[in-house]
Amino acid sequence: MSMLTVTIDGKITTVPAGSTILDAAKKLDVDIPTLCYLNLEDLRINNKGASCRICVVEVEGRRNLAPACATPASDNMVVKTNTLRVLNARKTVLELLLSDHPKDCLVCAKSGECELQNLAEKFGIRESPYDGGEMSHYRKDISTSIIRDMDKCIMCRRCETMCNDVQTCGVLSGVNRGFSAVVAPAFEMNLADTVCTNCGQCVAVCPVGALVEHDHTWEVVDALANPDKVVIVQTAPAVRSALGEDLGIAPGTSVTGKMAAALRRLGFDHVFDTDFAADLTIMEEGSEFLDRLTRHLNGDQTAKLPILTSCCPGWVKFFEHNFPDMLDVPSTAKSPQQMFGAIAKSYYAEILGIPREKLVVVSVMPCLAKKYECARPEFAVDGNPDVDIVISTRELARLIKRMNIDFAGLPDEDFDNPLGESTGAAPIFGVTGGVIEAALRTAYELATGETLQKLEFEDLRGMDGVKVATVQVGPHALRIGVAHGLGNARKLLERVRAGEAFHAIEVMACPGGCIGGGGQPYHHGDIELLKLRTKVLYDEDAGKPLRKSHQNPYIIELYEKFLGKPLSEKSHHLLHTHYFKRQRL
Amino acid sequence: MAATTQIKQLRIATRNCGFIDPESLDDYIALRGYEALAKVLTMTPAEVVEVIKTSGLRGRGGGGFPTGVKWGIALSNKADQKYMVCNADEGDPGAFMDRAVLEGDPHSVVEAMAIGGYAIGATLGAVYIRAEYPLAIKRLRLAIDDARAMGLLGKNIFGSGFDFDIEIKYGAGAFVCGEETALIRSMEGHRGEPVSKPPFPAQSGYWNKPTIVNNVETFANIPAIILKGADWFSSIGTATSKGTKVFALAGKIVNVGLVEVPMGTPLREVIFDIGGGCPDGKEFKAVQTGGPSGGALAHKDLDVAIDYESLIARKSMMGSGGMVVMDEDDCMVSVAKFFLDFTMDETCGKCTPCRIGSKRLYEILDKITKGHGTHADLARLKSLCEAIKDTALCGLGQTMPNPILSTMDTFAGEYEAHVTQKKCPAHVCTAMLTYTIDAAKCTGCTLCTKVCPVDCITGTKKQPHVIDASKCIKCGACYDKCKFDSVIKL
Repeated sequence: MSMLTVTIDGKITTVPAGSTILDAAKKLDVDIPTLCYLNLEDLRINNKGASCRICVVEVEGRRNLAPACATPASDNMVVKTNTLRVLNARKTVLELLLSDHPKDCLVCAKSGECELQNLAEKFGIRESPYDGGEMSHYRKDISTSIIRDMDKCIMCRRCETMCNDVQTCGVLSGVNRGFSAVVAPAFEMNLADTVCTNCGQCVAVCPVGALVEHDHTWEVVDALANPDKVVIVQTAPAVRSALGEDLGIAPGTSVTGKMAAALRRLGFDHVFDTDFAADLTIMEEGSEFLDRLTRHLNGDQTAKLPILTSCCPGWVKFFEHNFPDMLDVPSTAKSPQQMFGAIAKSYYAEILGIPREKLVVVSVMPCLAKKYECARPEFAVDGNPDVDIVISTRELARLIKRMNIDFAGLPDEDFDNPLGESTGAAPIFGVTGGVIEAALRTAYELATGETLQKLEFEDLRGMDGVKVATVQVGPHALRIGVAHGLGNARKLLERVRAGEAFHAIEVMACPGGCIGGGGQPYHHGDIELLKLRTKVLYDEDAGKPLRKSHQNPYIIELYEKFLGKPLSEKSHHLLHTHYFKRQRL
Repeated sequence: MAATTQIKQLRIATRNCGFIDPESLDDYIALRGYEALAKVLTMTPAEVVEVIKTSGLRGRGGGGFPTGVKWGIALSNKADQKYMVCNADEGDPGAFMDRAVLEGDPHSVVEAMAIGGYAIGATLGAVYIRAEYPLAIKRLRLAIDDARAMGLLGKNIFGSGFDFDIEIKYGAGAFVCGEETALIRSMEGHRGEPVSKPPFPAQSGYWNKPTIVNNVETFANIPAIILKGADWFSSIGTATSKGTKVFALAGKIVNVGLVEVPMGTPLREVIFDIGGGCPDGKEFKAVQTGGPSGGALAHKDLDVAIDYESLIARKSMMGSGGMVVMDEDDCMVSVAKFFLDFTMDETCGKCTPCRIGSKRLYEILDKITKGHGTHADLARLKSLCEAIKDTALCGLGQTMPNPILSTMDTFAGEYEAHVTQKKCPAHVCTAMLTYTIDAAKCTGCTLCTKVCPVDCITGTKKQPHVIDASKCIKCGACYDKCKFDSVIKL
């Protein structure tokens, strides 16, 4: 590969052809401010708009300023990033952005995390010369998962890149012209009425407060303060991998024990774990897989393969919209969140001797689609939902701070039983490839009656968008597919639709899996954070004494005392669901 | 006089317009139509590119990039598919030269696109034309169909083995889609927005393939250059700008319409000798060249030999060739505001400086024309203009400040009067206008009192009348009605 010599602010470096000025600057540790720029190379997420114009630099021999993020470096290029001309241009761009941006930072969900706010501080903008100028005004759009406040939109188009290029949902795109231009669904519909999967990847990348989660923390506070309710909580695997980031703990640190302690301090009556339900999911989904596989191999035409995982509510809504002809392919198993809710409000309510209405189930999820999932009508009994309130990882961090809990100083505590015990198969549910790996561990032993020697399925791990591997389970060579990011899922599903043979496929809607979920602490474009979170979960798995779901003693007890066996009638009633055809627009 | 006008005009791009039946392929062929294409097919693509390079032809759509150089880039880029695109998204207010060519001589564009296709190695062409041009679309479609039926388009043209065909793509009338990258996005079915260059379309354009986008008028020159030779073409014009340019005369000018003159023709000849000057004996004040992206030239510029460089040196540009003439009754601040109103409406909204900057520029100009402007506003206006020129993503944004910068430069006194004396010297900005009656001239005919809609004029018959400025809404009805010029604007 040919190398280019580039001089930036007097410092010389060489970069491979195809690099941008910004790439070269990074190599030299020259910090060029960016706003619309977003490039997560390992996940092939790249917002190429170059539209904010904050990163402009002076290039010798060029008439106007060049956007560093989009201008290819050329050999012997001489760049200046901090001249008066450049600084004034950036200041003007910032002043213009601020002149059309509400100054309600005090009550903005993004305050402290806002990239525009940070830049305004960095540039010492104290007043806008355009005060009094017209501001654009749009209707607020509130869905169960996401709040769109387009008055705050700066047209960076990152959300559009996520929604269209990465997730291929095609909900968000630029509409209108000029000052009225904004990112919106077609016909400016409400998000809730569109094919939006609530994956929240738009929220995950929004640099300002234009797209934020629908905050439900005060509902949790109200429930906790209600003496007539028994309030229990479950936390998804990926939460523990990232919660510390928002609470002053170094990224990559597992905070499972502190999280359990904090939830107890918050006043939850019982602190449980979605990991328990993850083990339960493996029992049901793994058994369903073996059942379908056996029937399929015996020539039963109604037994469809591949089986698709159904843990991810973004993915479920995506295939309901985009693959309505294949609704008999996904596993009928509910997601761990909903299995937990169903068991809590039946089995556990019975243990407590209280009616289900007295029990409030709160979920802490790395995900915004879970807010939508818990509100799906099929997950309620006589109007009482199995899961009452879902908050994201970010909201939990907010709640912990609000309640004056010194998170870093907390001791490590355990979850409560019976719904708090889990095996190593459960935490890896939060990473791409993890669900299928967990399922294979159990399916292998159930199918062959032998002990699985190597538990790590390395071929199914990693950040590749689509992974395909063949796994030997007894006499069967199983062809397994894994996709993360809905665009990759679409590609894989198109292959299935075209007739390519797979036995099982795992899909997670968010790039990287739940660790990169829309409800996680903001990664601000730093892919290293996602890698560190992944490591936390794999480490947690490796450190567990039991690492296969069917070994979980409380799962065994649940089947013995309550459900009977996997796929029993009771299991079907409580732990399985069905899917709906949804429109394409 | 007619003879003089003919000498001043030289028609290359519009050579056939008005002389042939545009719906007749035979007519076009009778005037050596498709002969250039036949000739080109006996040459190598590199030879064709060389002819265009040597001719000195530059893009007629606005930028003025050398056409041959552009073709050369596309030729040297190897690809399994390349595209030849005709930009017929003419959008400057008052400009209609592309429409005239497509309505009057569509085959010249079809032939030129085939020539260009051969030169760069493209087998597919597309014309991006605004849907508001129904007649141009009809005739272009007919021309393409006729050419195809005659074997002048399609497979194996003239038995040479060269394939080329053209499809028509419709634009929805967005000004920004005249910018080549936005045009390509629009052709692909996306929102019409420009993308950062490089890569240039000649490297990676339509469907990421090497793509040449040339303007209608540029194409219309090509067959003539091929037939008459590069030397003939380059003998016309100035050192850096060869050939002719079609201008659309509009505004306060006697002879409104299209005119094609050699590059280097003095502005004075175009406006006075051909255009006939301003009507009603009014004094010429300025001419806006280059549409909303250009600037205003004044008296002092009348002897400028028009070419790409001389206009840019005067903070204007060639653009697509619009010429909007202003007379003594026009306020240059209001003219700048008019063009900003246009660009503010037409900016796509992609980049910050253009999306918000256009709005803020307009607001400052509006403030000045309403009599609330300050010197700080003038300074802000200028610095914002400079910043937008420096940071906007595409040509639309980068040139948007030109009408302001050029008028601030040439008509600084007028801006000053608005800000310091709170007066509009041209009496256009009504907020700063006062109507009074010259008692010496008033005959007391009472006509003004009858037309005044708010009854603010009083006076007895045959006695001088008086306007109550506190009630006056500045509608100008009395001014228009008075037969004795006794109503005056201050």
